[in-house]
Amino acid sequence: MSNPKPKLSIQNLFFTYGDETEALRNINLDIMENELFILFGPSRSGKSTLLRLMNRLSDLSEGGQRQGKILFNGSGIFSRKVDVINLRRRISMVFAIPTPLPGTIYDNLTYGLKMAGMRDKATLDERVARSLQQAALWDEVKDRLHTSAFALSGGQKQRLCLARSLALEPEVILLDNPTSGLDPISTTIVEQSLHELKQQYTIIMVPHSVQQAARVADKAAFLLDGQVIEVGRQKDLFVNPKDQRTEDYVTGRFG
Amino acid sequence: MKRQQTQKLAVGIITTVSFLVVVPILLVLIFMIANGIGGISWTFLSQPPRSGMTEGGILPAILGTIFLTLGTAIAAIPLAIGAAIYLSEYASDNRLTRLIRLAIVNLAGIPSIVYGLFGLGAFVLFLNFGTSILAGSLTLGLMTLPVVISTAEEAILSVPQEFRVVSLSLGATRWQTIRHQVLPHALPGIITGVILGLGRAAGETAPILFTVAAFYLPELPQSIFDQTMALPYHLYVISTQIPGMPMEIQYATALVLLLIVLSLTLIATFIRSSMRRRREW
Repeated sequence: MSNPKPKLSIQNLFFTYGDETEALRNINLDIMENELFILFGPSRSGKSTLLRLMNRLSDLSEGGQRQGKILFNGSGIFSRKVDVINLRRRISMVFAIPTPLPGTIYDNLTYGLKMAGMRDKATLDERVARSLQQAALWDEVKDRLHTSAFALSGGQKQRLCLARSLALEPEVILLDNPTSGLDPISTTIVEQSLHELKQQYTIIMVPHSVQQAARVADKAAFLLDGQVIEVGRQKDLFVNPKDQRTEDYVTGRFG
Repeated sequence: MKRQQTQKLAVGIITTVSFLVVVPILLVLIFMIANGIGGISWTFLSQPPRSGMTEGGILPAILGTIFLTLGTAIAAIPLAIGAAIYLSEYASDNRLTRLIRLAIVNLAGIPSIVYGLFGLGAFVLFLNFGTSILAGSLTLGLMTLPVVISTAEEAILSVPQEFRVVSLSLGATRWQTIRHQVLPHALPGIITGVILGLGRAAGETAPILFTVAAFYLPELPQSIFDQTMALPYHLYVISTQIPGMPMEIQYATALVLLLIVLSLTLIATFIRSSMRRRREW
């Protein structure tokens, strides 16, 4: 255990969206299993771009160019042999803007599983119940699983989208600002469930704020203009940052 | 004060103009109904023409038009929807797809008589289908393609992009995403486009002139290789080629054609609005 292998290893990663601007420049990060890893920094620093690269949703942006590697369990995800569909099931993304698919709550939760060919009703029901419990939504929706997902409140939609990813039983969850637009109570609920989720999953998250980053992070990376400025354990990075820019950002001197 | 006056004037003009658009449509309808309604009877709708078409009914023409519309649908829908899906979901923006789009736009601008001649050359003669429902349907289908492709593509593009991204992020394939997230929500728009295209095809004369339409053929077609009468061509024939044709029959025929085309449009409008109401987002 002295030198465990990282769950995800990002090596010399560059990415541009086809125009002149470089979205990411030479990113190197190791993310360990069952770690809650925070990517934070000002807007347009490349956090979401980095998340989208990790399960190759970046493939969707036409003209995007990348260099470098991301290893998942030791093997490269950009290799031609990789089954992208399978990769996205194992590294699952929850978006900043909660987007239920048209249909019922139950439809949303079982969508990924059904697309993967799972038909067994008992298993589907069990996954639905478990993922809703993990996302702290079960008590609120258990009596209306077969009503429209669009009738949920903003906070509930956000947790629904989290549960929808959890239902796939992925290994890694990518969370892009999972508490955007949530009231403080819902935010607390989500943050608490994060601590339970990391027992089972590796979580990479773009936080809502520096305060949230400091509250939940095991480890964090500060990004600025597409570069990693500093990586550290929670207490190092937020209490004793080494880089002046990190300190300025963490203490709120710019943002 | 001046701004308010300009505002009132502008609204006044725009309102008047939009009412003016309705006037000719209403006039055509009223004129046709007033002159033609007397000629419509059960005999007129259920009998073939008799006595040099000056008596009897127009059943073969009505059925012919229905067959041709169905044939057009079968010929055009799979092609058009396939092309629309390809262009909106799969094709990237390159020289080839721009060429395809250009072709579609230009296809829409070709005069219908040119389609008719093309159908004669390609389907009737070269492919040796003869003057037949098959050749006529293919010609009409070709003419309908651009309308249906454009409306279907528009309908597909109006499905929010987020649904696609979410679906893909949950491990669905491209095709599963199209099948489960895109097509169901684009369907009302696609159906509307199809029906409007068919409405136009049902009323066209030129494309069927050389490819399928019979001058006088009281027997109903037995297969897709037979000729048939069709309402638009029949109307042309009885109003220009036959001396002493009773006016009432001409107007009644026009009214029947008008009602078929209008009912297709109404169905399209109804489908669109009822499916819009059920939409959740």
